[in-house]
Amino acid sequence: MGLSRDESGGEDGLYKLLREKSVEIRFHGRGGQGAVTAATLLVAAALNEGKWGQAIPSFGAERRGAHVLAFARISERPVPIHSQVRRPEIIVVLDSGLLLAEEERKKVLAGASSDTIIVANTPKPVNVGGAKLYYVDATRIARELGLVVAGWPVVNTSMLGALAKATGIVSIDSVLKAIKSYWPGRLGELNAEAARRAYEETRLAQAEKITVTR
Amino acid sequence: MALEAEEKTGVRRGTVIPMRGNDAVAYAVKLSRVKVVAAYPITPQTIIVEKIDELISKGEMDAEMIHVESEHSALAATYGAAVGGVRAFTATSSHGLVYMYEVLWWAAGSRIPVVMAVVTRAIGAPWNIHVEHSDILSTRDTGWLIAMAENNQEALDLTVMMFRVTEDPRVYLPGIVGLDGFILSHTVEPVEVPDQELVDEFLPPRRQPYTIESGAPIAMGNIIPDEAFEEHRMDMHESMREARRVIEEAGREYGKLTGRDYSSLVECYKCSDADYLFVGIGSWMGDAKIAVDALREKGLRFGALRLRWIRPFPWDELREYGLEKKAVIVLDRSISFGYAGPVFLEVSSALEAKPSMVGVLAGVGGVDVNYEDMVKIAEHVAGLVEEKGRVYVPALWYHLGEFYPMKPGPLPTRKTPRHVNKLLEELWSKKT
Amino acid sequence: MRRLGSRKQRKSRLRGEMVLAGSSPSRKDVLVVEPGDHFYPLSVAAPGSMGRTGSWRTQRPVVNAEKCIGCYMCWLYCPDNTIIMREKAGPRGQDVASIDYEYCKGCGICANVCPVNAIEMVDESKFISQS
Ligand code: SF4
Ligand code: SF4
Repeated sequence: MGLSRDESGGEDGLYKLLREKSVEIRFHGRGGQGAVTAATLLVAAALNEGKWGQAIPSFGAERRGAHVLAFARISERPVPIHSQVRRPEIIVVLDSGLLLAEEERKKVLAGASSDTIIVANTPKPVNVGGAKLYYVDATRIARELGLVVAGWPVVNTSMLGALAKATGIVSIDSVLKAIKSYWPGRLGELNAEAARRAYEETRLAQAEKITVTR
Repeated sequence: MALEAEEKTGVRRGTVIPMRGNDAVAYAVKLSRVKVVAAYPITPQTIIVEKIDELISKGEMDAEMIHVESEHSALAATYGAAVGGVRAFTATSSHGLVYMYEVLWWAAGSRIPVVMAVVTRAIGAPWNIHVEHSDILSTRDTGWLIAMAENNQEALDLTVMMFRVTEDPRVYLPGIVGLDGFILSHTVEPVEVPDQELVDEFLPPRRQPYTIESGAPIAMGNIIPDEAFEEHRMDMHESMREARRVIEEAGREYGKLTGRDYSSLVECYKCSDADYLFVGIGSWMGDAKIAVDALREKGLRFGALRLRWIRPFPWDELREYGLEKKAVIVLDRSISFGYAGPVFLEVSSALEAKPSMVGVLAGVGGVDVNYEDMVKIAEHVAGLVEEKGRVYVPALWYHLGEFYPMKPGPLPTRKTPRHVNKLLEELWSKKT
Repeated sequence: MRRLGSRKQRKSRLRGEMVLAGSSPSRKDVLVVEPGDHFYPLSVAAPGSMGRTGSWRTQRPVVNAEKCIGCYMCWLYCPDNTIIMREKAGPRGQDVASIDYEYCKGCGICANVCPVNAIEMVDESKFISQS
């Protein structure tokens, strides 16, 4: 890690490494939902698999309930990049409300294309403007497991399970391992269980079934 | 979550852990066996102090944490502890650094080794907590060594190295390790944390020129004749120049132990055969490397030269790689209002303005600048050079995809909103 | 003020003033005090470190031992540390103030703080000897 003098970024160079051997992910959540922690755990999971990863929080309005972003990158080799993710290949949405209110939806879908995979916490499919949608009801899973902190269901760990299912960029085992070492003990077990259940329940939305609510 | 880092030979060197840049600095402080930390919290530095506090309270680190009431006191306490004979550390950002500015001079002039992390952040008004280099570059003339990390690994490595360099009798000056606010401080990346034995091997016991002891009183920084004062400054200047060699030695040895070589004051990415060069400091130089490869795919031979050290200034390296280039683009994340960016001015004088040079200002106040922006900047400058043969532009501002000053065109001035103006008018009319 | 000699000598003299306190035994394992070849802005208290300030005087404080009550006020306030209290040397067996004219600069602070006006400031010209 760390480039020494005049070392090339591999045979193809760093630009190709970034385009072809790296995945850029953007997390959208509400302040207090743990989007940044989700990105961090994803990096830990990637590291478990011998990959390189990076989690970048985007700070601004750090208030509970505000729309917050976090970025992550996973790559086969280290990429010397520190800018924000502008055209994510994967978008993880922790709160379905962010896909319903028009203003927030625009932010969520910024830079997305028809190749973008969206993994959302929602009980039923929502309109994601042509992108591929995977969905899971992480809020219900959290409530069923009693994973509620300060009145809010904890959905970030479930969404990592969903991400593993939808994209395969990390295996569910690596996710579970990362969660358990982040919170040793019962809390880790519960969160891991949430991720495992979400992994099983995540579905691909059929285009015709997508309904626009609100 | 943690992986053991092993060389191909199977020699264990450390543990790879994903962590924030601030955590990396805290671990470096622990590994360097720092005995006193004094700090006052300020975003985005806070995590460093919190992490050190955590390491102390868990019993993993044997140090005294002094919670002070201001940054002026933070550095004063750190400096006091260092004079007393222990390795001491502090960290700050932005307004905190400006507030402790006076004490920076005292520590350097006293020739007492102290290490500080500066997590770069814009200085108000108006309020902004994101990255800018105006804070760290304002320390340029204080006699502190200044290094600037590109990534979290470097933030750790340079902090450990800084203790060794500043405590070398040839140097005996304090040192600052800079890391970009949020971009590094809060970003999680895998960092190889070297084993304690390895750092112990690299870092000799603390050395310093004198200590204060009860029973043997001395006066520090007393008034001295003008001529003696000037000679004192000449001595500091010599030591700063001498620091070059000390850094190279320490960097080489650190490389032998960890596999990460820091023997050069700069990091050069494909600059030997380049026609054009990006020059700059800090985290965005990683994006510049990606831009270099993207530009090479398009047939423009670019390279990127990152100044890992700002003081001592890498004069020789810059001249070696920069003098013969067609054009040099200097990226600055802060501005000396009305003239140009500070890094541009330094680089321009080292290169005697021989190549075409353009000082690009961007990313001020945390505005995101990525490799695509840099490709755009590069193509713009290469176009100018092709068109005019030789150009020298000290300040070209790149803001949200446009270049300023535009020809012809106004600045993107955000006016005060009308309702605010109306309120102000009402207030003023009541007063008169 | 004391002459400091040539530039070079001056530098080395100032260096010579540096106090290198040895590390106490408890710290030896973690600290090495190694002077290095630098110019340190350090000084130590010593008689006449600012030169023979007695030559600055235009007025001379003269103590009236009869009036002096040995209260030490002048001793406390003298900025140049040139008041020497002589124990039990007064006419009534009291401590009494005396002045080291080698370094007394004649500022008059002692005369000002004396609660019984036992110190009088006398023009130096009065002490020019007649011969
Ligand atoms: S005149 Fe000033 S210097 Fe002299 S003894 Fe009195 S206080 Fe001290
Ligand atoms: S202040 Fe006056 S009375 Fe007191 S010790 Fe001095 S000379 Fe004597």
